[in-house]
Amino acid sequence: MKKLFIVYLLFITTISLQAQQITIVIDNATLHIGDGSVIEKGTVIFKNGKIEYAGPQKDHGFDDNTASIIDGTGKHVYPGIIATGSGLGLIEYSAVRATRDAYEVGVFNPNVRSLIAYNTDSKVIPTVRSNGILIAQVVPGGGVISGQSSIMKLSGWNWEDAAVDTDNGMHMYWPGVYSYNYEKGTYEVSSSYAEEVNEINTFMQEAKAYCSVENHKEKNLKFEAMRELFAGKQKMFVSANAAKAIVGAVDFAKTFGIKIVIVGGRQSYRVTTLLKENNIPVIIESTHELPAYDGDPVDLPYRLPGILKSAGILCGLTLSDGGDSFWGMRNIPFIAGTSAAYGLTKEEALQLITLNNAKILGIDNNYGSLVAGKSATLFVAEGDVLDMKTSVLTNIFINGERIKVENWQDDLSKKYEMKYGIEVK
Amino acid sequence: MKPFLLLLFTGILTVSGLAQSTFPVNGVADNRERVYAFVHATLVVDPTTTIADATLLIQSGKILSAGTNVTIPADAIVVESKGKFIYPSFIDLYSGYGMPAKQNPPQGRGPQMLNNNTTASNWNQAVTPEFEAFTFFSVDTAASRKWRNAGFGTTLSHRKDGILRGTGALVLLGDESTGKMVMKEKVSSHYSFLKGSSTQDYPSSQMGSIALIRQALYDADWYAKGGDKIEKNVSLEAINNNKTLIQIFDATEKLEILRADKIGDEFAFQFVVKGSGNEYQRINEIKASGASLIIPLNYPKTPDVSDPYDAELLSISDLKHWEMAPANCAMLAAAGIKFSLTSEGLENKTDFLPALRKAIQYGLSETAALKALTTIPAEMIKSQNEIGTLNTGKVANFIITSGNIFDESTIIYENWVNGIPYTVQQQKPDVRGVYKLTVDNRIYGLAISGKAATPEFAVIKNTDTLKATGNVTESTVSITFNDGLEIIRLSGWAGDKSFGGTGQINSAWINWNATFTNVYAEKPAIKKDDTIAIGSMIYPFTAYGATSLPKQQEILITNTTVWTNEDAGVLKNYDVLVSNGKIIKVGKNIAAKNATVIDGTNKHLTAGIIDEHSHIAVTSGVNEGTQTLSSEVRIGDVINCDDVNIYRQLSGGVTSSHILHGSANAIGGQTQLIKLRWGVAPELMKFEGADGFIKFALGENVKQSNWGDDNTVRFPQSRMGVEQVFEDAFTRAEEYMAAKNSGALVRTDLELEALVEILQEKRFITCHSYVQSEINMLMKVAERHDFKVNTFTHILEGYKVADKMKMHGAGASSFSDWWAYKYEVAEAIPQNPNILHEEGVVTAINSDDAEMARRLNQEAAKSIKYAGMSEEDALKMVTLNPAKLLHVDNRVGSIKEGKDADLVLWSDNPLSIYAIAEKTMIDGIIYYDYSKQATIMENAANERARIISKMLHEKNAGSPVIPISTKENRLYECDDDGDYVKGN
Repeated sequence: MKKLFIVYLLFITTISLQAQQITIVIDNATLHIGDGSVIEKGTVIFKNGKIEYAGPQKDHGFDDNTASIIDGTGKHVYPGIIATGSGLGLIEYSAVRATRDAYEVGVFNPNVRSLIAYNTDSKVIPTVRSNGILIAQVVPGGGVISGQSSIMKLSGWNWEDAAVDTDNGMHMYWPGVYSYNYEKGTYEVSSSYAEEVNEINTFMQEAKAYCSVENHKEKNLKFEAMRELFAGKQKMFVSANAAKAIVGAVDFAKTFGIKIVIVGGRQSYRVTTLLKENNIPVIIESTHELPAYDGDPVDLPYRLPGILKSAGILCGLTLSDGGDSFWGMRNIPFIAGTSAAYGLTKEEALQLITLNNAKILGIDNNYGSLVAGKSATLFVAEGDVLDMKTSVLTNIFINGERIKVENWQDDLSKKYEMKYGIEVK
Repeated sequence: MKPFLLLLFTGILTVSGLAQSTFPVNGVADNRERVYAFVHATLVVDPTTTIADATLLIQSGKILSAGTNVTIPADAIVVESKGKFIYPSFIDLYSGYGMPAKQNPPQGRGPQMLNNNTTASNWNQAVTPEFEAFTFFSVDTAASRKWRNAGFGTTLSHRKDGILRGTGALVLLGDESTGKMVMKEKVSSHYSFLKGSSTQDYPSSQMGSIALIRQALYDADWYAKGGDKIEKNVSLEAINNNKTLIQIFDATEKLEILRADKIGDEFAFQFVVKGSGNEYQRINEIKASGASLIIPLNYPKTPDVSDPYDAELLSISDLKHWEMAPANCAMLAAAGIKFSLTSEGLENKTDFLPALRKAIQYGLSETAALKALTTIPAEMIKSQNEIGTLNTGKVANFIITSGNIFDESTIIYENWVNGIPYTVQQQKPDVRGVYKLTVDNRIYGLAISGKAATPEFAVIKNTDTLKATGNVTESTVSITFNDGLEIIRLSGWAGDKSFGGTGQINSAWINWNATFTNVYAEKPAIKKDDTIAIGSMIYPFTAYGATSLPKQQEILITNTTVWTNEDAGVLKNYDVLVSNGKIIKVGKNIAAKNATVIDGTNKHLTAGIIDEHSHIAVTSGVNEGTQTLSSEVRIGDVINCDDVNIYRQLSGGVTSSHILHGSANAIGGQTQLIKLRWGVAPELMKFEGADGFIKFALGENVKQSNWGDDNTVRFPQSRMGVEQVFEDAFTRAEEYMAAKNSGALVRTDLELEALVEILQEKRFITCHSYVQSEINMLMKVAERHDFKVNTFTHILEGYKVADKMKMHGAGASSFSDWWAYKYEVAEAIPQNPNILHEEGVVTAINSDDAEMARRLNQEAAKSIKYAGMSEEDALKMVTLNPAKLLHVDNRVGSIKEGKDADLVLWSDNPLSIYAIAEKTMIDGIIYYDYSKQATIMENAANERARIISKMLHEKNAGSPVIPISTKENRLYECDDDGDYVKGN
């Protein structure tokens, strides 16, 4: 019977994708709220997927019969980490073409939607979720305007079920100010930059003119897809790194009266006044990268979040730089941890990947911090989650659902530990 | 009597006899002796001998005599040369003058493994030592004029294409028949690291080019010893035949000079190296190489730095090289390096003289410059008896100038080649002065000023000075000006101090004349400031280079937490004393009077991080992936000491890096362990005495799985084939070893030599690997051939065969948590390092990534999170364990008395994300100091600003500027299979 029981248990813990009905209490834990504040001794109570209480420890009045109580003594509770700019659910093995659904061909594809290609059963997702990343912005790539992203919770039966906010953002790559000359092996000021910007402007002008009329006899799907953006209900996430590119993107936003977010922003420190004046947030794509220029301070990328924070810019952080923006998302906590060694406090660093990312995505009414009324998307860790040395998770909840912390990698590990008789710690 | 004899001797050789030619004459014979005497000239006979008011006598293309006591024969044409200078014409040892382009057979689709030229030549298309320039040379009158106009009379021409390029011919830059212009057919043998127009895949990297040259030289040796009885090979034959020639190497960068010289050392000859203009950046090492150089004067143009955002693209090395390049020659001369000059690399030959004069302005002496253009190149090609001076018997190659050649205003009038005159610029009469100009019935003043050769015209009407243009030759004159009423155009003839003629005002023809009234008073030239200030040299010549290298010190680190990696474990409140580059003492309350004390309170001291798998600091290609086996290539040949990533990694506590060949083929290249000694030359970065290693690879990269549909030709394309590659390689290596031991004639095969070293346990393997089947396979191949696989690197499925690895004795060097980037890492798990470690396999964590290498301590810490590894064991994975895998744990990897002082002082627990490397020390020298970064950045910013302001100043003064452009500092990855030696 024992064997059967284990199987049964596994079933419950792995596929508990049902709405939470029982009240869960995490008591006597350190609460990292996500807004920069911390409560040393706190209690979190949630039911039906919503946080009912998150604050200083209180006599909650529940017992094991009325609630599931987790002893948080010595433990830490965090709001679910939010990954932006991810290829989660779209890419399974980046070198295997058949498993890549993150890029579409064409220059302007605003009508393309990442949502419908999102694979809830990707083997990658559980490995990322186990590190506390519970919400992800899943973005399309390719071309200049790549399409629309949706916000997904990292558990769900299908993409409809997993969607937190559908077609939430529009994505664009700002043209390169500098180009690489393959013949000479040199970087130069791009000679086609102005022309490329003109092309974007033309597309935008025509789209805007089109959107000023409700019903067209002949529908243009690309332009139809832009209505929310021009109506101010959708943000455009513009990838721009060089100072001049950021300046160009900000001007572009003003010209077309749209809300933008700068993604990347490696040289955003050069144009903080402009960003601040125009109230434009930045999502830094990683702190773990090399400085752009040889002579830049060796730790400039580590310091960038701190620089933007001091300049009063709303700054988010993710790990979408390069081709590992799916499996690599599990390292987001450490990307944030680095910024805490270089200018931010630990709570400020956490805020980058929780409340700030939520604010920038426009989902902060429900996610991003441990506040009553918000979704119970949170996790419990034995130590500081931003430091790999101590970042060991014990409980995960998405919209109140209990998520198994262990994933198939842990199972595989255990299988071989058993083979070799290695004592499991 | 000796001079007379000499004269007689040369006379016999050159002057006597009929002027015969194999060419038919269309008309009657027209042979001339061309006896010319240039009198009252300033003769620069050689760089150190200048004779005033002297005569140069030439006949039949040779110099008869030069001096003050010259008897002029009756049939000589006497040329009055008062005020003129005569120099021996310049010699350019590096050109492709008159050479046709190489014709390659058409290229097929997909990779080209062999030479598609199927003659009995070398297997590689870039190896054509049999090409003899003189047989293909033909006079190119359009080009020769440009050379002559810049002052050149001879050039050493070769076909600038390929790696072994063939021989060069010394040719005259005159326009006579080609046969007459070839002075010496075979003077030199030419080499480079670039494969030129070759369509063959191999080589694709500079280390491949180096190996190709070495193999060709070994093959030639074998050929001479009897290999010719086995195969006929015109290329190998040519290498042997060309051995007595001057061996000239084309280096495109300063470090290539050292690399070429190393090849020369191996085969006991000395290269003359054509440089690139940045030699001053490694002047001591170049001097020590003993190579003499051929130096171009191609200074960088001034970039337009007006836009500060764009200007950020320029690195400090771009800026400083712009400032220092014109001083290259002066610095080479000061260092006592023998060099000649070439016009190679200049956009136009007309840029040569201005560039030469700029070198003088930057401190090169005129004598040194002349030597570099005449006597030194002549000596370099052993032609000092024929060219280079105006001494008796030399070829009549000289230039006639208006003055000292180094003066900006000096003009070359004529360039004589082989005793035949070629006009460079018409000599003009000096007509400068003030004239009374009468046009029809109007009276003006005419002022002719400026330089004699380029006079400036002005017409004075009443008190107004009107701009005019004009041209005066020996016989004709024309002047045009606008007198405010009409445009007046005058034409006519020059008389003695007067002009006259007719001209037109509108449609009317009128008469005019001008009579001399006063001399022109030349303004003394403003002497240029001869001290040009340039910034200091930095080592290395890149960002974070310093004006002086840090020194070894006696250092005492006090009251700190010492992670010993030894049985003593982690010691709190301990001191560590470092002296002469070694750890002297680990203890409490150590006294050391003379030591620099570093307070380690609340800090942590560890051994330096060792990266078992890195690709930084490499020049021109990390893979020679064009063949399945490339064990002949050596990363150690192409270490780039200027890579800023060395410094960046010091900032992450890395002290040693194992620089690997990539993983594009089964048997890759030989690796190089370096210490990150920032600022020293490549050879000094090498970890002295360390065992040699070689990179192997298995799996998807080797079988080209992700290289696209064109790459389905090279064997192997499956893991099945990969096994056979190894089986074959080691079978051949065993046979090779046996043949060598038998005493038979065996061709030195660099590919097999490296494999024999493995069989003899003199070289060790680090093998890129992922899935369990292939790991198991390689161990079995090794066991069949009686050697061990030292290290499996990446080894992401190592956890599945940890027991087998333990039994085999292999170590592991893994990623902490990478997976999903390709199919063979589908079952890679972050618990892998810990399982391997627990099973008793020596396990390291490596970077394979210039960025991640800065955080290897954190990568190690991930095993604490994912698998509960102890902190001490985690730290060992990036310190002691890689030291063990690399066989240098007797030197580095732990804090133990007697070991190298390669240490890192951390701000926090070294496994914490919050830890910052505050001081990184190698051999007791602090190479990185966090506390000094602010000052370093400030100084760098000031240096940038200083040079940028200088550039802006030049732009504002009207100098032409070019758009901003900067060389990429290339980051290599394991599977980078680009071609880095294409083109010339």
